Amino acid sequence: MTTQADSEAPVIPHPALWAVLYRSSTPFWEAVGRHELTLQRCSDCKTWRMPPRPMCPRCQSAESEWVPVSGRGTIHSWVTYPESPHPAFEAPYAVILVELDEGPRLVSNPVGIAPDELEIGMPVEVVFEDVSDDFALYKFQRAG
Amino acid sequence: MTERTLKDKTAIVGIATTDLARDSGRTEYSLACEAVKLAVEDAGLEMADVDGIVKDISDGIDPMYLQKAVGIDNAQYCSDSHWGTSAIMTGVTAIAAGICNAVVYYRCLNGGSGRRAGNDFRAAREMKDEGLDLIRYDFYSPFGLLTPDGLAAMTVRRYLHEHGIEAEEVGWIPAVASEYAARNPDAIFFDEPIGLDDYADSTMRVDPLRELDCAPGVDGGLAVVLTSAERAKGLRHTPAVVMGVAQGTSTEGELLSNFTRPDISALPEIRLMGDELFRVAGIDRSDVDVAQLDDRYAPYVAMQLEELGFCESGSGVAFCEKGERLRVDGELPVNTGGGFLGGGFTYGLNVIEGVRQIRGTSASQVDGAEISLVVSGAGGPADGMILRRA
Ligand SMILES: [Zn+2]
Repeated sequence: MTTQADSEAPVIPHPALWAVLYRSSTPFWEAVGRHELTLQRCSDCKTWRMPPRPMCPRCQSAESEWVPVSGRGTIHSWVTYPESPHPAFEAPYAVILVELDEGPRLVSNPVGIAPDELEIGMPVEVVFEDVSDDFALYKFQRAG
Repeated sequence: MTERTLKDKTAIVGIATTDLARDSGRTEYSLACEAVKLAVEDAGLEMADVDGIVKDISDGIDPMYLQKAVGIDNAQYCSDSHWGTSAIMTGVTAIAAGICNAVVYYRCLNGGSGRRAGNDFRAAREMKDEGLDLIRYDFYSPFGLLTPDGLAAMTVRRYLHEHGIEAEEVGWIPAVASEYAARNPDAIFFDEPIGLDDYADSTMRVDPLRELDCAPGVDGGLAVVLTSAERAKGLRHTPAVVMGVAQGTSTEGELLSNFTRPDISALPEIRLMGDELFRVAGIDRSDVDVAQLDDRYAPYVAMQLEELGFCESGSGVAFCEKGERLRVDGELPVNTGGGFLGGGFTYGLNVIEGVRQIRGTSASQVDGAEISLVVSGAGGPADGMILRRA
């Protein structure tokens, strides 16, 4: 039973733990938890669906498969937050938009790249960071 | 190509805002009621004349409750509509189709003080804000991309990169907005104009967007009354006849975070909407006397100028250089009430300024303004209207 005291002590979880609310993306996050980057692709016309969704916008197929991707790509755009909007993030921090070699794009964070070193077109590769026992985040470092 | 069945069929006859403030200290319900009352009075109509109600889907006050308070007893058309000011198009359509006679469009939001239209996705999620998409919680929030400003900044970085534009050059857009806002008592965010130095000194909000690039939240309500162009003739003010209305969406659309479409540095919704808008209105770009563009984010003004066909792709920032074209005596006066940058981010304020230009009552009146363009929804589903003096 929720007590008055409970409701007065707000718990602010890491925003990563807001994820997987969206049913279509559950297989994606389960794979990331195993340190695997897999994306949804249409079983029929092979169009990627990122973000995941229940139907292919090109051929209207409801069938899809989860396909491992290389985890390699380039920085398509990036931003930096000089002040943090949430206690889980220590400012300044950068957010990057990575275009994978396979084509789809992912929002992520750089690892080991200072904000003033970020450049559009920089080659990057995926690394995984555990948030909890079964939940991880995918991030990107300079491609080796 | 469809016929221009909506052209010149309807007019905006009433406009009103409540006081606009950083902190209204009022409920959104009371703001909505006051705005509707004032707009119906402004039109010279009685509440009993209103038989249609349209609103933005993201505003909280249901038309039923508005009706109960203001006394619109017998509405025959109610609709929540998409982003921007697209609800106005719904009202135009309903009147032109003969479904109802007079429609009120209203907005009410405590965007300055409250947890509305602001920068806190967590709060928005708790409120089950329908305007925010679960995709964001799964794929953007885990990496700290938590604010609308951050989403827009991602697009703006790519836009600047694609066209080799220095971020500092964008400063003329907020500078001109501040000049207009300083003359408009309704636009509370600038008491005096800023210069490019102020822009350069402006705090980085989310790099590359500065504080002065981002329209602040504001508390207030506003309303617009529409009726048929025929009925409009006998009313209190010069009618703003609706020459055209249009909407547009595009592939892989989201609100601001259109990261998975082929080109994230453009606003294809604005282009689609704009091309259709000029076609249905039957006018050229050069016929536009004054424009209210969506300046929730200053660089989006440059992008809209390109997508609307006022200049070439990539030259929107150059178009705004020194502000000369945008000022009241310029080639295309833009955001003459101070825009969202000067007045606060609330779709509908742009419509009210667009109508004032037609009436000749703007604080920065464009001499002889006959044709007024209003655009909303940059970075998301777009809509626009072209108004003319009756
Ligand atoms: Zn398919």
